[in-house]
Amino acid sequence: MTTAPTTPVLALPAPHSGGCPFGPPPAYPEAAATGPMTRAKLPDGDLCWLVTGFAEVRTVLSDRRFSADIRHPAFPLLVAGARELITDNPDFLRLDDPEHARQRRMLTGEFLVKRVEELRPEIQRIVDEALDRMTAGRTTADLVTDFALPVPSLVICLLLGVPYEDHDRFQSLSRTMLSRESTVEQLREAQEGVLEYLRDLTTRKRAQPEDDVLSRLAARDDLSAEDAAAMGVLLLVAGHETTANMIALSTALLLDHPEQIPGLADPATLPGAVEELLRLLTIVHTGLPRVALEDVELGGVTVRAGEGVMAMLSTANRDEAVFGGAGRRATDELDLHRDARRQLAFGFGVHQCLGQPLARAELQIALETLFRRLPELRPAGERAFRTESFIYGMRSLPVTW
Amino acid sequence: MQVSVDRDRCCSSGMCVTNAPEVFDQDDRDSLVMLRQTVVPPEQFDDVRLAAELCPGRAITVTGDGPARTGA
Ligand code: HEM
Ligand code: SF4
Repeated sequence: MTTAPTTPVLALPAPHSGGCPFGPPPAYPEAAATGPMTRAKLPDGDLCWLVTGFAEVRTVLSDRRFSADIRHPAFPLLVAGARELITDNPDFLRLDDPEHARQRRMLTGEFLVKRVEELRPEIQRIVDEALDRMTAGRTTADLVTDFALPVPSLVICLLLGVPYEDHDRFQSLSRTMLSRESTVEQLREAQEGVLEYLRDLTTRKRAQPEDDVLSRLAARDDLSAEDAAAMGVLLLVAGHETTANMIALSTALLLDHPEQIPGLADPATLPGAVEELLRLLTIVHTGLPRVALEDVELGGVTVRAGEGVMAMLSTANRDEAVFGGAGRRATDELDLHRDARRQLAFGFGVHQCLGQPLARAELQIALETLFRRLPELRPAGERAFRTESFIYGMRSLPVTW
Repeated sequence: MQVSVDRDRCCSSGMCVTNAPEVFDQDDRDSLVMLRQTVVPPEQFDDVRLAAELCPGRAITVTGDGPARTGA
């Protein structure tokens, strides 16, 4: 083998070609097999570290020496030229404490585990109605457009107080924002478009408050109108595209492994089954970006202050030492009886997904109900994956029952 | 076993409530972690240890193994 200097540096984001359609781009597990830290190159040409080990990923995401502040001049970006889109007031996903904590705490009350438990009957109703519509008078459907997308979209619209009639508009804008094929110009337009929409809506909510999250944000005097709109965009985009793709991918994967579907039927094993689906699918394939504020020894290398790192959730979630073991299938396979509670699909550290109790409830209810009500559910044609998106998912999944 | 929580470090993920609902709760007023019980029975040791390991804010500390009292 050649030595390090002549080894080609892995270019990010790696293409999604070859390998299992449910797994991450093969280059990431290949890098993980060589060690927990790999040199990689960003589209703008800067070098960064691909962090693939379970322990190292947890460290990056919970150690304050790694910053999530996108305004840092060396913050790793996966779209060439995207640095010019960064504004002075990013949403709190890309800010550090104390400002991150200040803004996040304005929302935590909305996503308490017990608040979400109270929402379950409402989520169940949304799921049942979506299935009623999907099955009324026909025997085939596209599970993506008829079920996986509308369910989380209806739920987040209800919580935020966004009129569902507008969902076409923000859905296509958020698609553009999440696509790695978008040009900087398209990204700018989409970003402005969604912000504009949320600005209008929060202004209306300030004038005529209702019982919803956006009204409560709009009414605060410690949050600027601009920050309230940015928070609305974050919730809207984070809240529906992720869960929708998890529902679609989970369904497709389970249809490939029908012998495991009974694992969803028992209320005692359903939560664990959903953790395993989250682990194996880890839809944020590209990893989570951070920048080192100081020199940090990690995984046998020194990450220098000012270097970018990408915390790769998908490879961390396949660590055999953590998720493997006697009697378990290999970690790149589905095993609904695995103890997957350590999975990192929602990230780790202070930015860990704020919506995770909601996402869990939606996934549990949607998947359990789907396979209970349609026990004969099976594929009915060519399925297509959404390989161009930063959030991995499905474009279509034709089914019959 | 002793459990203590540092509310300044809590980021309200709810992971502890999901993993050990008998021991942890989220405060209605500020959404931060709260202990529900002062004595952790041995059958909950594993859940509590997992909750401490998985707390994304590193806000939960577990000490000792015996069926001891809780602190904080
Ligand atoms: C299965 C579905 C979901 C997955 C896999 C997921 C994944 C993630 C991940 C990995 C992060 C951390 C990003 C980082 O540290 O850089 C995150 C953050 C976040 N998610 Fe989710 N998410 C899901 C559903 C939701 C839902 C339903 C909502 C909301 C309503 C939501 C709202 C948020 C917010 C607001 C943040 C930012 C938290 C912060 O920076 O403090 N997510 N999500
Ligand atoms: S797991 Fe940690 S951060 Fe999350 S609610 Fe509990 S104490 Fe707070």
